[in-house]
Amino acid sequence: MSENLLEVTGLQKHFPITKGLFKRQVGAVRAVDGIDLTVQAGETLGLVGESGCGKSTAGRLFTRILEPTGGKIVFEGQDISHRNMAQLRPLRRDVQMIFQDPYSSLNPRHTIGTIISAPLQIQNIPTPQGLKKAVQELLELVGLNPEHYNRYPHEFSGGQRQRIGIARALALRPKLIIADEPVSALDVSIQAQVVNLLEDLQSEFDLTYVFIAHDLSVVRHISDRVAVMYLGKVMEIANRDDLYKNPRHPYTVALMSAVPVPDPVRRDRAQRNRVLLTGDVPSPINPPSGCRFRTRCWKAQDICATEEPPLVTRLDDPASHLTACHFPVVDDEAVTGRTPAAAPA
Amino acid sequence: MSRPFLEVKDLNVRFETDDGIVQAVTDSSFSLEAGKTLGIVGESGSGKSVTSLALLGLHRTRSNAKVTGEIWLDEQELVSASDADVRGLRGGKMSMIFQDPLSAMHPYFTVGSQIVEAYRVHHPGVNKKVARERAIDMLARVGIPQPARRFNDYAHQFSGGMRQRAMIAMALVNDPKLLIADEPTTALDVTVQAQILDLIRDLQAEFGSAVIMITHDLGVVAELADEVLVMYGGKVIEKGPTIDLFQRPQHPYTWGLLGSMPRLDREVRDRLIPVKGSPPSLINLPSGCAFHPRCPYAGRNGDRSFTEVPVLTGGVHSVACHMPPEERNRLFQEDIAPNL
Ligand SMILES: Nc1ncnc2c1ncn2[C@@H]1O[C@H](COP(=O)(O)OP(=O)(O)OP(=O)(O)O)[C@@H](O)[C@H]1O
Ligand SMILES: Nc1ncnc2c1ncn2[C@@H]1O[C@H](COP(=O)(O)OP(=O)(O)OP(=O)(O)O)[C@@H](O)[C@H]1O
Ligand code: SF4
Ligand code: SF4
Ligand SMILES: [Mg+2]
Ligand SMILES: [Mg+2]
Repeated sequence: MSENLLEVTGLQKHFPITKGLFKRQVGAVRAVDGIDLTVQAGETLGLVGESGCGKSTAGRLFTRILEPTGGKIVFEGQDISHRNMAQLRPLRRDVQMIFQDPYSSLNPRHTIGTIISAPLQIQNIPTPQGLKKAVQELLELVGLNPEHYNRYPHEFSGGQRQRIGIARALALRPKLIIADEPVSALDVSIQAQVVNLLEDLQSEFDLTYVFIAHDLSVVRHISDRVAVMYLGKVMEIANRDDLYKNPRHPYTVALMSAVPVPDPVRRDRAQRNRVLLTGDVPSPINPPSGCRFRTRCWKAQDICATEEPPLVTRLDDPASHLTACHFPVVDDEAVTGRTPAAAPA
Repeated sequence: MSRPFLEVKDLNVRFETDDGIVQAVTDSSFSLEAGKTLGIVGESGSGKSVTSLALLGLHRTRSNAKVTGEIWLDEQELVSASDADVRGLRGGKMSMIFQDPLSAMHPYFTVGSQIVEAYRVHHPGVNKKVARERAIDMLARVGIPQPARRFNDYAHQFSGGMRQRAMIAMALVNDPKLLIADEPTTALDVTVQAQILDLIRDLQAEFGSAVIMITHDLGVVAELADEVLVMYGGKVIEKGPTIDLFQRPQHPYTWGLLGSMPRLDREVRDRLIPVKGSPPSLINLPSGCAFHPRCPYAGRNGDRSFTEVPVLTGGVHSVACHMPPEERNRLFQEDIAPNL
């Protein structure tokens, strides 16, 4: 059993909404609203959920780009929740981030040599064979031509730019990499190249990943465990196979059934078995009471509006499989049909 | 013998740019019957959108664009038709939904007034009240709650999924016979995507329109299309009935697309099998088969893959590749299919 590299408990990030001259706070966007999870050394934890559910905010909290409003972030046994910039410096070596848009995250006026060597210089990392050699090794590692050291980001394709972002993240030999939609903007063939690269690098350098994405197929492929988020909370978390074979939370079930099946022979079955969620995700400024999913849930009962379901092991699931639902979906439960068009508010 | 409802023959689209001539679409031919759906797949830059814009005559306003070939829509040829004729069809007999609804909707007019306007352009005699009722009816049909109230909202007041619905309402307000959807769900969550695809399917069944669904998601194609075109470097490299194309894909690029894709309906594979390399430049396409720099089988056909452009051959399911069909089938059965 591997130890926990990262542990978060009750983690919150509320972005204040202010009004008027004196910036009086009138409310808050509860982007991350109390999540508990652990990331074990050497694993890949996938983080999925619809747009706006707080995945990126969570990722930026884990790397302490953002400071939490509440709760605790513990990295390698140390509480880093409220460390200041200077205190965070060692952490910057150990935890790196890869972003979705490789273009906007690379300075267009810098050569890729400059871009990839920047973290080494900032952290004063000794490079016995010289900075250039260090960068060229990194370029080779991510499958780019080391000769391209002096080129600018615009001279590279999207997939190549994502490799540059990966090389930069690897420069400091981090322990944990938070990858925020690293392949979402790429074509499927390039996406597969980058996924394979991330897998190779993980085994070569014992990396731990938090892989954020909204594509459930990619997340299943790359993750050891997966957490499903909805409106700032973790709805379900489990080992990959447990989650995909026995999803318990109605939201997980709905999300999975919505993925188009690339098999035209099974088209009718896929469509018949689809749970069509109606309506939009409620606002994170004023999330529903009790269970946040209840306004779109076909299984909701009175208790769902009054009591928030804790994230615990349900039914006869293994201890690693946690679900936040009062009425988890049992194996072989018929879940087809649509959610009520006008669910109670 | 009458023509298919839509028939495209030897369509070529090129752009003159400072860097040289971009041959965006080369010798593309396909057809589509009313009530059917054609899926067009291919990676970024393969010419999918340029093809659809050509059908709508939208390259006419670009002075650097040259379109040749024939586009027959309901027995009328569009490449040689007058600007006025094409304008009369656009938004009427044929219409389009885009990936980004905000680009198609004006920020300063209400959603409702834009649908009204789209309707009145093609129904000049109709009074405002009738047009307004029609617009509200369309908003209701695409599942916008409280359509009479939302009629007065601006696009930015809608969520992403609602905006896409409103654009579909606008595209369908004149009962188009041909609907072109260019990545209509790419920017949306899967849950919203499922709603929108469901909507397009229902409306198509109701109106009997022909639909062209452009996407890079093979899952979307598998769920919606009757036939599929696979494009690479501006050319149609494989074409066939959807089931056939998924069960017996013929082109090495199509194999690569399938091998790249993790899928929920199968056991997890140890490893994805991507197409190596990156997409070709359309200014300077590789010689012979444009796919040869990325094709693991290029050397098997003597020099042909490097020197001779393969043409689309075969019956209903056709492919542009020099490999002999028997060898392709054997390769697929023995090496490719077991790893998908
Ligand atoms: N700096 C900020 N100030 C105010 N609100 C913010 C800020 N950053 C994020 N939010 C809000 O917090 C919520 C969660 O945003 P976040 O970017 O974490 O979502 P996400 O799950 O990453 O979505 P996506 O899939 O679209 O990337 C959203 O409602 C977003 O608008
Ligand atoms: N107006 C134009 N002038 C010059 N080149 C153009 C023009 N419009 C498109 N192109 C080029 O034509 C090629 C095909 O573009 P197209 O938009 O059809 O690709 P696509 O298959 O739709 O890709 P995507 O999946 O990224 O939408 C691209 O190389 C593009 O840069
Ligand atoms: S707790 Fe109730 S509303 Fe929430 S997911 Fe479970 S059944 Fe649905
Ligand atoms: S023609 Fe040659 S290079 Fe092109 S796909 Fe066929 S085998 Fe590969
Ligand atoms: Mg995000
Ligand atoms: Mg396009």
